[in-house]
Amino acid sequence: MLGISPDEVGILALSLRVAAVSVICSLPLAILVAYGLARFSFPGKTLVDAIVHLPLVLPPVVVGFALLLLLGKHGPVGSVLDEWFGIVFAFRWTGAALASALMGFPLMVRAIRLSLEAIDQRIEIAARTLGGSRLWVFASITLPLALPGIITGTLLSFARGLGEFGATITFVSNIPGETQTLPLAIYTFTQVPGGDALALRLSVIAVVLSLVALATSEWLTRRSQRMQGNDRR
Amino acid sequence: MIDVDIDQRLGTFHLAVRFSADAPIVGLFGRSGAGKTSVINAIAGITTPARGQICIGGVSLFDAAKGINLPPEERRVGYVFQDALLFPHMDVRSNLLYGQKLRSPEDRFIDEARVVELLGLDAMLRRKPNTLSGGEKQRVAIGRALLAQPRILLMDEPLAALDVPRKTEILDYIERLRDELSIPIVYVSHSVAEISRLADTVVILSDGKCVAVGDVDEVMGRLDLRPATGRYEAGSLIETKVAAHHVEDQLTTLAFDGGELFVPQVDASIGERVRARIRARDVSLATQRPEGISILNVLAGCITAVDAGAGPIVDVQLAVGGATLNARITRRSLQQLGIHVGQNVYALVKAVSLDQRSVGYA
Repeated sequence: MLGISPDEVGILALSLRVAAVSVICSLPLAILVAYGLARFSFPGKTLVDAIVHLPLVLPPVVVGFALLLLLGKHGPVGSVLDEWFGIVFAFRWTGAALASALMGFPLMVRAIRLSLEAIDQRIEIAARTLGGSRLWVFASITLPLALPGIITGTLLSFARGLGEFGATITFVSNIPGETQTLPLAIYTFTQVPGGDALALRLSVIAVVLSLVALATSEWLTRRSQRMQGNDRR
Repeated sequence: MIDVDIDQRLGTFHLAVRFSADAPIVGLFGRSGAGKTSVINAIAGITTPARGQICIGGVSLFDAAKGINLPPEERRVGYVFQDALLFPHMDVRSNLLYGQKLRSPEDRFIDEARVVELLGLDAMLRRKPNTLSGGEKQRVAIGRALLAQPRILLMDEPLAALDVPRKTEILDYIERLRDELSIPIVYVSHSVAEISRLADTVVILSDGKCVAVGDVDEVMGRLDLRPATGRYEAGSLIETKVAAHHVEDQLTTLAFDGGELFVPQVDASIGERVRARIRARDVSLATQRPEGISILNVLAGCITAVDAGAGPIVDVQLAVGGATLNARITRRSLQQLGIHVGQNVYALVKAVSLDQRSVGYA
């Protein structure tokens, strides 16, 4: 297909898988955290907010190193997960997904929180007086109304996951076929003599991928806004 | 039957309201900040009072002493908000059915077809809320509340966001609900015109307290409630029957035990009860029956009270047959005519001052 080699397809598939899994697994938690931050005030809220935002301001390498210390084979959390549940993140593609999820998490939470805060809460109260339980109102009113923010947050996090480099390479290293995502592969090619052409090919793929993600996001957001009757008519 | 007895602190505002009312439409009247919305929020379960009880039609929704506090979704209280608050992501039909789907079939007393017919929603079922006018939105909001099969309908200034023609339209629809459904309505407003047209019993709130409960005509006419009902809004309500239509003049005569009133044509059949609201500033007084004037309504009455406030304007109350009429005149006129309690006078009311909005079905 367009002269893309099987190796390149493998790199691309791995990158998409890592980004997709990271987004799918972090979305429910992001919605929960965003809802908590948008709707409730509780002691330590500022701290929670800061921790959520930490990956945004920390050097990614630091995040990766922290993951390595905590979730590495001999780390305090990693060893427990390995012994009790047989779950290993270190040097696996799931670890790359975890690193992507963590790096994209603040972007996701921010976008969802903003759209939750924009909802007129009296609409939810109206739904309660019509017989909707808290949970049903959340599912039938709050979530659909927050959909533009959820879409934006998901795509931002997805794009962040595709581009994730520092945390990934520090935590799960650069193993072809297992943890070598698109940015890691590009980096690797630039480090070998004569690899520039291959790096360029992958870079073009990355650009195309990003454009497709952006366009999809734009299209989905417009669609959901039209569904909500927010378009200018 | 609506029984409310609640105490609630809302910031620095203290709400302590106690009233019982039993009427098709109970008006909750007071100036802004009097606590009207706080009362119906407590009835709907949106806020929780510190003390007291709320009982609607024999069902206890809240009783602090007994530890009863039903959540809003279990109270079956229909709430129509000032600005409709339709669900923007659903079309009109989905909005209407939202509550109905959540109620068990044995609680249903009204179906979709009836609501659509009552509120004239047929043409807009597939439309999204953002394409509706303010009046249409409010009609959908009323229909949505009704289909949630409520025990009672709470309306919080449902006309406040509408222009005058829309207000009249919604008032007509609310009157239809009152006449055709047997669901009690609590109607919150700071407008004397709306309350007097719709309500049978009125609860007057002032500064978080209930200052009067009673028949609309009686309570709204009381001079001692002026601080709560507002001086500017002063007026009187007269229960009348349609006596005759004068097709050639496009006038209608309304009869009551103090005489007859000419008003611009009213859309009601002869013998039907209607309520006329006469603003105090539209009533002039004369000590003798005047001759050669354009004013059609000249009513003989007797002065029963003179408001002893300061300032250039004086409110005077007079008995015209069994009805009470308020007149607003200058202090100068009061002195020049020597008006005093017990005096027989003539009240003059221009027919043109009684427009469509001041005459409503009783």
